[in-house]
Amino acid sequence: MIAEYGQLALTFAFCISLALAVVPLYGSFKGNQIALELGNPLAYALFFLTAFSFWALSYAFWANDFTVVYVASNSNSLLPWYYRLTAVWGGHEGSMLLWLLVLAGWTAAVALFSRSLPLQFQGRILGVMGLIAVGFYAFVLFMSNPFMLSLPYFPVDGRDLNPLLQDFGMIIHPPMLYMGYVGFAVSFAFAIAALMGGKFDSTWARWARPWTLAAWMFLTMGIMLGSWWAYAELGWGGWWFWDPVENASFMPWLVGTALIHSLAVTEKRGTFKSWTVLLAIGAFSLSLLGAFLVRSGVLVSVHSFAADPDRGLYLLAFLLLVVGGSLLLYAIRMNSVRSQARYELFSREVLLWGNNIFLLTATLVVLLGTLFPLVHKELGLGSISIGEPFFNQLFYYLVIPFSLLLGLGPWVRWKQQQVQPLLKPMSLIAIATLILALGTMAATQSIQANLALLGLLLGAWVGSSAIFELLQRLQQFGSIKQGLTKLNASHFGMTLAHIGFAVLVVGVAMTKTYSVETQVRMKAGDQVELAGYQFKLVEVYDLKGPNYNGEAAELDVSYQGDYVTHLHAEKRFYTVQRSVMTEAAVHARLSRDLYVALGESLSEDSWALSLYVKPFVRWIWLGGLLMSLGGLIALCDKRYRRRTASVEQKDTADA
Amino acid sequence: MNPRRQKRLVAVTAFVLLLGGAIGAMLYALQQNIDLFYTPSQLIDGIGDKKVKPEVGQRLRIGGMVVKGSVRRAPDSLKVSFDLVDTGPIVTVEYEGILPDLFREGQGIVAQGVLVDKTTILASEVLAKHDEEYMPPEVAEAMKGIKHVPPSQLYKESDKGQQP
Repeated sequence: MIAEYGQLALTFAFCISLALAVVPLYGSFKGNQIALELGNPLAYALFFLTAFSFWALSYAFWANDFTVVYVASNSNSLLPWYYRLTAVWGGHEGSMLLWLLVLAGWTAAVALFSRSLPLQFQGRILGVMGLIAVGFYAFVLFMSNPFMLSLPYFPVDGRDLNPLLQDFGMIIHPPMLYMGYVGFAVSFAFAIAALMGGKFDSTWARWARPWTLAAWMFLTMGIMLGSWWAYAELGWGGWWFWDPVENASFMPWLVGTALIHSLAVTEKRGTFKSWTVLLAIGAFSLSLLGAFLVRSGVLVSVHSFAADPDRGLYLLAFLLLVVGGSLLLYAIRMNSVRSQARYELFSREVLLWGNNIFLLTATLVVLLGTLFPLVHKELGLGSISIGEPFFNQLFYYLVIPFSLLLGLGPWVRWKQQQVQPLLKPMSLIAIATLILALGTMAATQSIQANLALLGLLLGAWVGSSAIFELLQRLQQFGSIKQGLTKLNASHFGMTLAHIGFAVLVVGVAMTKTYSVETQVRMKAGDQVELAGYQFKLVEVYDLKGPNYNGEAAELDVSYQGDYVTHLHAEKRFYTVQRSVMTEAAVHARLSRDLYVALGESLSEDSWALSLYVKPFVRWIWLGGLLMSLGGLIALCDKRYRRRTASVEQKDTADA
Repeated sequence: MNPRRQKRLVAVTAFVLLLGGAIGAMLYALQQNIDLFYTPSQLIDGIGDKKVKPEVGQRLRIGGMVVKGSVRRAPDSLKVSFDLVDTGPIVTVEYEGILPDLFREGQGIVAQGVLVDKTTILASEVLAKHDEEYMPPEVAEAMKGIKHVPPSQLYKESDKGQQP
């Protein structure tokens, strides 16, 4: 019964989204105050209806209501309750409903937090959000309805959730990712609203900045969690596979990162205006492209949902409409925009321009590597795949100049920078870099590894530059103590995010260079040595779980005779889905991970095992975490909460 | 030329050079890393109208169904070999390491590796999808003719597929 109410709420929500797409926009162009003021209640209504609908689907999962087709195909009565709830977004239809919930959530947040904006501008933002919502609500309602019933012949039990998704990482990975994807819709809406008005001043950028930062923060978090999940759950010991779907989330991230930096220039200096608008359109378009790639079935990957050409066609048409429409508006409006500010060749503006160029080149690399096989196949030239080395090679070349610029960027002034005053701090940083990098290499007793040395140098360069710059900036307030209270939050956020990048670079380079792995055949009692660690297989025994059975291996690990840890690796067979899953055993430390995956049984008493020692692999996720934490801190900057002059006093009081 | 124009020229030139370099590097890297996909019959008979066959030593991907009863394991190592088939010809894949969780006889897999002789591939990676029914799309295409087939030709195509 509840499911029908969910369907009803979703239908109402669709009608509300239609109203939201029309009414505030009408008001903004006709100067109709009432129509404009209707925007906020409509946004709230959209959110509450969608939330109810989402709750209804969750309830159907909770109550094992297998009359709902979607529940029957993604859940099972034996599934533990927490996985039953996360199974809501375990398939295409439910994850689209989550997408809608996130979209409605962002829309309501815009309505709630931008009451201080001029009403006309706010109405346009909500109108654009409404237009986007119409597209997605129609898609869910007419092409991927999660509330479809199979009455009267419904199954007794469900087909179970894909075992890959029965993991903690999966509980939070998709919501975070969607918060990021859909968050760029807000930046997009700000850009389109500004284009409609034709007024581009730095206030526009200041309003758009916190929203973009928030979206970027969530996306960073989502991608990082996805990488961690793949590492823990797939049993291959890898953390990034250049899988097309990973790429689909990485492209909006790259453009979003460029957008954050370009928005800074637009806000502070009033230039790069048209460029920033273009990036905002690009980030959201790439999010849509990601949705199309994942949900149309053109890709085959661990992530892709069941193929349905109609859905793909719809999403493609929607994508083209969004890109085409916004670019048309851009072409019409952008002619009149002129940037007034002047800047010299050596200035922060130019360095940030460099940042954007490298990030966009990286996006182009990923886009090419992802779409080329598709195009190649559709042209009838045969199926191909593009190997990981393609991406690795090009990112290797891109990250070097990018990191060098990143170490320099925060030191350079807006408008114009003389070379002379920078010589001293830069040489200090260079010395610190050399000491740090070579010191680490000496400590790990391995000088000949090029990639690791390069990664350490780049990481130390970016990291020490960020720290020195922060210290120097703090001292300008008199003393460091005073600086800590006076320096604005966005500066701390920036520094932290840059340090995060440095940590990430070090992690990637060290893991790539020093990881060792071996696949061995072992009997109980056998011992294998890898990178100084002795792995001893103690026993393998049978296992029984709530919805699976399987085998578990117990290993003892020691290092040069000293006991280190005990590892417990599992191989599970999920009976309903009839699929095998590897539950790897991981012993994590900041300096290295020990990773064991149990393979197949080779004979009565011997087993195949994969053993990995992965130095510094934690640093990769730590770096991502620091970056997104940096985004969070920057969001707390008081500047974004300061009200503009045109707002009534009352608004400030209740903020 | 006034200094402003000069600066602009420098900026534009730098941009063009960077972009050109980047695109050149990209295309070069792309060329180095393309792995063509073959099914066993394409590997033996060649692809397309010109019957292009891969050369020994070439990197490639092969996808097919594992022939039942063809999996042979070495007694004391992780070396394994098995045969792949789609619509007729059989090729052998040799591999050392752990086969993926869903590797089964009679099921579709994709292997990445190097062609060591006309019908043997030394695989560096074996992939099986997390799905019981999975068949690599290219294999499905070859075996069942399920893709890009106009309805009028459907019969002919599927007949051809079922011959073996």
